[in-house]
Amino acid sequence: MTNRWQLYDARLAWMLVAPVLLLLVLFLLLPIAVMAVYTFFTFVTAGVETSALTLANWKEFLTDSYYHGFLLKTVRVGAMTAIICGVLGYFPAYFIWATTFRHKWLLLLLLIVPFWISFTIRTFSWIHILGEQGLINVTLLRLGLIDQPLQMLYTEGAVVMGLLHFLLPYMILNVYVSLESIDRTLISAARSMGCTSAQAFREVTLPLSLPGLGAGLLLCFVLAAGSYVTPQLLGSGRDALFGNLIYDTIMGQLNWPMGATLSIVLFIVLGCFAAAYTRYMGMSQIVKGLGG
Amino acid sequence: MHDSIHSTPRPASAGALPAGAGEHAARADGQLEKPAVEFRDIDIHYGKFVAVRDFSLAIRKGSFVTLLGPSGCGKTTILRSIAGLVDISTGQISIGGRRVDDIPIYKRNIGLVFQSYALFPHKSVFDNVAFGLKYRNVPKPEIARRVGKALEMVRLPGSEKKLPSQLSGGQQQRIALARAIVFEPEVLLLDEPLSALDANMREEMRVEIKKIQKETGITAIFVTHDQEEALSMSDRIVVMNAGRIEQIGSPEEVYEAPATAFVADFLGKANMLPGVVASVDGQKATIALSAGQQVTALSPKVLASGARVTVVVRPQKLSVGTSATGNRLAGKVVSTSYLGGSAIYEIGIGEGTIIRANTQIDGRLAREGEAIDVGFDPAACVLMDEKGFRIA
Repeated sequence: MTNRWQLYDARLAWMLVAPVLLLLVLFLLLPIAVMAVYTFFTFVTAGVETSALTLANWKEFLTDSYYHGFLLKTVRVGAMTAIICGVLGYFPAYFIWATTFRHKWLLLLLLIVPFWISFTIRTFSWIHILGEQGLINVTLLRLGLIDQPLQMLYTEGAVVMGLLHFLLPYMILNVYVSLESIDRTLISAARSMGCTSAQAFREVTLPLSLPGLGAGLLLCFVLAAGSYVTPQLLGSGRDALFGNLIYDTIMGQLNWPMGATLSIVLFIVLGCFAAAYTRYMGMSQIVKGLGG
Repeated sequence: MHDSIHSTPRPASAGALPAGAGEHAARADGQLEKPAVEFRDIDIHYGKFVAVRDFSLAIRKGSFVTLLGPSGCGKTTILRSIAGLVDISTGQISIGGRRVDDIPIYKRNIGLVFQSYALFPHKSVFDNVAFGLKYRNVPKPEIARRVGKALEMVRLPGSEKKLPSQLSGGQQQRIALARAIVFEPEVLLLDEPLSALDANMREEMRVEIKKIQKETGITAIFVTHDQEEALSMSDRIVVMNAGRIEQIGSPEEVYEAPATAFVADFLGKANMLPGVVASVDGQKATIALSAGQQVTALSPKVLASGARVTVVVRPQKLSVGTSATGNRLAGKVVSTSYLGGSAIYEIGIGEGTIIRANTQIDGRLAREGEAIDVGFDPAACVLMDEKGFRIA
């Protein structure tokens, strides 16, 4: 046999992606498939289910408005967080892009620095800022501006604040990357044809950075809507999101079939948003943003 | 200003002149017209780096002027300073007699064509071309009419609805040209517009740009490092090197009578033969070349015996073999490049000196290693002094 290995051999390519494919199948696709099957199992009592197939779980989800309320609230909080991230994140991204500061990498590094501290610990830190004995309340009490501590912690506002803190760097990086890909001679061209710098921004920079903004919005929305730690730590029971509902169903009520059903619902809903985005904007933009 | 500029012959009908001489020439012509673009003593620094030094130039209305030089010579910097994309450090720039140093870029009324086309990728061809008109508050029907006319001029009528990405490189550059001329700017600036195109397209665009410039009568400033583009398109060429002007002249002038050794070398790779004046007979000088042989050359000025000079001869002015006339130098073929009707020979004439000759093939093609004579007419060369300036 003269079947010698070559650098661009298809077999070599398959061997190189095999470990990743195997991991994805074993730890992502298979568990999702198991979960999907679980949604049809019968719940007997806490911690006990039988493999007798039933549509009861799906019927319960589709008919009980308790679940619908959670879903709507989750989508609303996710959308709100994503939009605030977009509005707040565009400016620093634009600044980093436009600055003539020689060490731009330092500014980009500053964006990544928060990731060096555990996400949970960063979320906990808000308790010391927003809590009854937290920085803001103590300062306002000492100054005599208020007599009673303000209720800031354990509100929806605190949850959104925590999510913003977590998600803003993703938004900034996404917008920055799409700004960086704009050919700057386009701006010179617009200026030479009679645009002020504000008009050139509206005509050229903003429209050409929209794909990055869109990618950032999707990423922030999906991550916020799928969040579980932040509402658990910073929200009250009323501010729980869909992720907390799933946790409670599985860990509290020990109702695994219903928990699986709710998980698959969230998976499908967020998947639909991502699919819609891919259809209109292309997934490559997100990959670019994550690649920094 | 550089000595060499003053030593250059400049007919009064010229398109580009040093600023002072420009006014004088205009008066001599009986015209009172102001230059379309005028630079006076421009210096441009980036921190400690001096990109342009002592740049003075007046450009006549309707002329096609090329800034030619190697990369980093300051030609693009000068172009960008007219547009307002680069701030000048000292001096002043006027467009149509109006000082523009303090006028922001968007009020300068300038058409710019970039090497990278710089078409707006998210806008249709129509919106791209209409862009400048929109910001001049031209009414919509008038915009449609003028965009249509501009697209006809660049031979792409009916492409209004396409996106730039649907067009080839040459078509994109033509749209960029239409976009730059549609609002009738006072000056059209072309920043190496042909460099990104392939060779065939480049030639076509060369002719097209020149034709459109003539038709519209617009003043054009063209930046290139390509001598062929400069020679074929320009009314006047400004040869630049290291931030300074080396020579200003018509294509024939800068080619036939290069003011400096740099110009001679940059335009057409002239042969440079260093030597010493051995004897002088009026304007005829006998020069002993460092290569070991002697030539006679006509000098416009009587030379001093013993002066160091460089004989500059174009490869096209040389003849070889039996047809070698005038000065005959004995040599040996180092390499032969056969080009069909003609050939380029590299001929060693002693002491490691090599002469390039580009001649019609007369009889037989000489092969490597063959002994061969190479000759040129005493009037066909230019003499440079020790400092590299033409003796005139």
